[in-house]
Amino acid sequence: MTATIDATPTVLRPHAEQLYAAELEQLAAADDLPRPPGWRMSPQAVVTYLLGDGKEISAKYIGPRRLMEVAVATLATDRALLLLGVPGTAKTWVSEHLAAAISGDSTLLVQGTAGTPEEAMRYGWNYARLLAEGPTAGAVVASPVMRAMRTGAIARIEELTRVPSDVQDTLLTILSEKTLPVPELGEEVQAVKGFNVIATANDRDRGVNELSSALRRRFNTVVLPVPGTVEEEVEIVAQRVASLGRALELPEVPDAISEIRRVVTVFRELREGLTADGRTKLKSPSGTLSTAEAISVMTSGMALASHFGDGTVRAADVAAGIRGAVVRDTVSDAVVWREYLETVARERDGWKDFYRAAREAE
Amino acid sequence: MSTDRVHVFGVRHHGPGSARALVRALDELKPDVILVEGPPEADGLVALAADERLEPPVALLAYPTNAAKGEHARTASFWPFAVFSPEWQALRWAVAHDVPLRFCDLPAGHRFAARAAEPAGPLDGTGRVDPAAAVTPDGGGAGTGQEPVAAPAGPDAGTEAVVPAASGDAVPGDATPDSAEDELRIDPIAGLAQAAGYDDPERWWEDVIEHRRDVPPFAAVAEAMAAVRETAPAITEDLVREAYMRQVLRAALKEGHQRIAVVCGAWHVPALAGELPPAKDDAALLKGLPSVPATVTWVPWTHGRLASWSGYGAGVTAPGWYHHLFTAEDSPVERWLVGVAGVLRDEDLPVSSAHVIESVRLADTLAVLRGRPLPGLAEVTEATRAVLCEGDDTRLELVQRRVVVGERLGAVPPDAPAVPLARDLDATARRLKLAQQALVSDHDLDLRKPTDLDRSRLLHRLRLLGVGWGTPVQRKSGKGTFWESWQLQWHPEYAVDLIAASAYGTTVARAATAKVVETSADADLATLTGLLESCLLAQLPGAQPAVLRTLSDRAALDTDVAQLMAAVPALARSLRYGDVRGTSTDALAEVLTGLVTRIRLGLPGALTGLDDDAARAMREHLDATHEALNLLADRLPLRAEWLDTLARLVDRADLPGLLAGRLLRLLRDAGTLDADAAELRLSRALTVGVPPVTAAGYVEGFLSGGGLLLVHDEALLTLTDRWLAGLAPDVFTAVLPLLRRTFAAFAAPERRAVGEQVRRLGTGGSRTTSDVDELGELDPARVARVLPTLELLLAAGRGAR
Repeated sequence: MTATIDATPTVLRPHAEQLYAAELEQLAAADDLPRPPGWRMSPQAVVTYLLGDGKEISAKYIGPRRLMEVAVATLATDRALLLLGVPGTAKTWVSEHLAAAISGDSTLLVQGTAGTPEEAMRYGWNYARLLAEGPTAGAVVASPVMRAMRTGAIARIEELTRVPSDVQDTLLTILSEKTLPVPELGEEVQAVKGFNVIATANDRDRGVNELSSALRRRFNTVVLPVPGTVEEEVEIVAQRVASLGRALELPEVPDAISEIRRVVTVFRELREGLTADGRTKLKSPSGTLSTAEAISVMTSGMALASHFGDGTVRAADVAAGIRGAVVRDTVSDAVVWREYLETVARERDGWKDFYRAAREAE
Repeated sequence: MSTDRVHVFGVRHHGPGSARALVRALDELKPDVILVEGPPEADGLVALAADERLEPPVALLAYPTNAAKGEHARTASFWPFAVFSPEWQALRWAVAHDVPLRFCDLPAGHRFAARAAEPAGPLDGTGRVDPAAAVTPDGGGAGTGQEPVAAPAGPDAGTEAVVPAASGDAVPGDATPDSAEDELRIDPIAGLAQAAGYDDPERWWEDVIEHRRDVPPFAAVAEAMAAVRETAPAITEDLVREAYMRQVLRAALKEGHQRIAVVCGAWHVPALAGELPPAKDDAALLKGLPSVPATVTWVPWTHGRLASWSGYGAGVTAPGWYHHLFTAEDSPVERWLVGVAGVLRDEDLPVSSAHVIESVRLADTLAVLRGRPLPGLAEVTEATRAVLCEGDDTRLELVQRRVVVGERLGAVPPDAPAVPLARDLDATARRLKLAQQALVSDHDLDLRKPTDLDRSRLLHRLRLLGVGWGTPVQRKSGKGTFWESWQLQWHPEYAVDLIAASAYGTTVARAATAKVVETSADADLATLTGLLESCLLAQLPGAQPAVLRTLSDRAALDTDVAQLMAAVPALARSLRYGDVRGTSTDALAEVLTGLVTRIRLGLPGALTGLDDDAARAMREHLDATHEALNLLADRLPLRAEWLDTLARLVDRADLPGLLAGRLLRLLRDAGTLDADAAELRLSRALTVGVPPVTAAGYVEGFLSGGGLLLVHDEALLTLTDRWLAGLAPDVFTAVLPLLRRTFAAFAAPERRAVGEQVRRLGTGGSRTTSDVDELGELDPARVARVLPTLELLLAAGRGAR
């Protein structure tokens, strides 16, 4: 595992532990602080991995240090971690990197949906073998959670609040007793040290399947905020766009930072309902306009620029993307967007090209 | 040789670690005199610290003895002490061990004199503390407010807080030091913290000093400060203060004390420790300083005021946490989180012991992760947020307010020196069982009970004096003239307001009377009626004649009928409810009669030549006056004359439609005009000869405030309906907004009833058709289930038959 993308050239999106193998190795090697049982590195090193050290270790999460400290400390106390936040606040990103740094494996993943069955949390059966052999250990199909318990790794559950309540509650025994009974075999799987669960949940549709208080109290909650400042958000977008562009093998685009700043500014202003100078109130559209969406607007802008343009990202390349992100509801959001264009974008110095491009995209 | 006898303890004001270390050091040293940084005028108040009833947080309040009215609030200064303040512990130690204690800072009198010499004073007109003008802005800012160190540009005010006036609109403690000015100041603690690799100076101090329970930190602090001060620029203010401190120290040495303990901000340590410089330099520096007499007393203080987030530049961010650190005997983190859980449970938020256990574990792990010796406030707050509050910032906010800052209010024994007015207030409040609490409390007063009535009077009087202890609030349920609801919250600054108000009199009643008389002298009519009402509410019979006299003078001179009318409702209310409060109202009736007479005479001239807005405003006045006179119908024979005046006006052609319509309605409701007369006038207004817009105004004036009339008077409805139906399309568009405004104000059932009536008009007035239709829609099975109950209800009647 020398490094990065070259190791697995055909994979569209390598796992964090593959992409950052070199960094993980370097941190683990230099780490002489005590490690909790089952951890690949000390909690301090995990925090460094996430936030970067400004030198060799790149920053995975850009935001308040204390949040990452609480998250790592939570996992170190063997409490489960619940990452809350509006869509696009890097919940999944953070959980993937936490798992990669702590267990070296971010693949023990359960994607929560309205149809997630109990088998995804506990275990299922290989029916061919079940019929042939009856209930034996070989017929059991372990869920990612069960595998994590056996190996002492971090299991990740995405969108926990989308999972039906009865399925959610199967986690109760796992989290409090750290064991998973298999009554058909009269056995149980006891979690090995190092096992823990990171769940993510969306703040916006919290009401879908609200966690029961019994389950809720087995989690420590960390709320990931939207980026605090324009600079922070520009940095996040720029960094992610660059790495995505590399992964998708888009041609290098020189200096897209000014367009990134513009996209981020538009998103922030609409999200907060206030212009950056604090002078003008704006209507907010129905969408969340998360940082993640800004990233995808930029990526598609870069693809446009490199394949159909002259290789430089211009206002026209992002305008349609921004409109698409803003206008979710064709009637009310279109009004919001047009108002924004006419009252804010039109007057702003240096935004003429953007205004014109956005008008054309209408 | 003098150095062996002097022991200087550099502390951080409001530092629990400093306080604990200081007590230990004093126990060990057993000094025979203690010198504490503070105003020497307060020397006489030290003995009070022995009184258990002097309960921190308290503050030494100093004010110029002979300041002019209203000047107190601007010049008063506070030196707050919490139980965890080293100075307070020094005080307690001194009184417990019977050791003399002296304050050694520059006398407050010098500060006041210097401040008075400033052209603008520390406060500009907007109630902001102007750091450039304030002689002693509180050092630091940036969270290190009451650090032992002074900010070079703003000399260390030590524990002093300059407080803006709490009276008037200014929110207490609204003063925000200019941030640009703050940035200019260098924070020496920050320098030390940075050198130690901390980004947050507050945290560095906590780790190094406050969380240490073992080694007394004084030597280290002194050394560090000496290093810092070598490079920091000197400030005259500081030099003068330290010169004074040295003079006090020299005096103590001369008296032959052998073990002198000096407790001061760490910043001053280098100036006081070691061999003292020649006395004559200090004497020269202090010579000729202007001074005014100053009075000092103890006043209660709150944790909220200590916290920097209530707006002072000075203070500690978390007095509740420090209080806890100082008072908790062991396991501070565990006890703290148990306390937080208690607060959350009080708010019915489910928090179990398991939550607390997990939060303690998280706080400990975080401290290890961050390499801190013990979990600090940052760690317990994170743990509270992630575990106890489940990531919810609203709950955390509650914890911040209730626990981290805490609403602890100090108390002062009744025999502490105080202005007579404050004493009177204390005595009255005690008699009426009103506690001066920092937390908001609600009181419902039943004015039929003597105690409640007295309470109401006291609160009203205080409001007149600018002491907003009680705020009248709308009762949540039940309305009645006998009930009054108040919200009580005591702010420590009220002590200053009381001192300011004491210039008016020695009791609350007398001071309020004098204040009202003074205010009334140059008030306008609206203010006067307000004052008059307050007089009644506060029962200030002494002030009432003066206010009434001014009021009747103003009324005589005032030519604006609208203004006169605006004064009527308040007067009528006063008159109507005066009895409840046992106030004599004869004079009031007289003034009101005069006022109404003037209005009646002026009204004909006041109703013409009005534009839309003015007409609308006039309609409000008409309604209000009419209602007020109705209210008084059984008390004053004014109503008949009033209706008479209106009747003479109603047929005038030059009135705006709105007012003409309104007059018609008032007269119709009062029974002065019968149905036929009203119908006649309405039909006249709604004919082709009248411009549709005027007619629409007429309809609005006539119908606003209730549409039942239309439901019950079919003739009126027919008239209106026919007029509406006859409007040309473009005219209809023009009057539609007016009509919409009129009808939209009706209650929904009224609108429906009117609509149904109109339908009946169209179908020849047959009620039965529609009723049958409605019955047809009923579900017989469900109707059948209601019938037994109906039968039960009707049984009595049937039985009788």
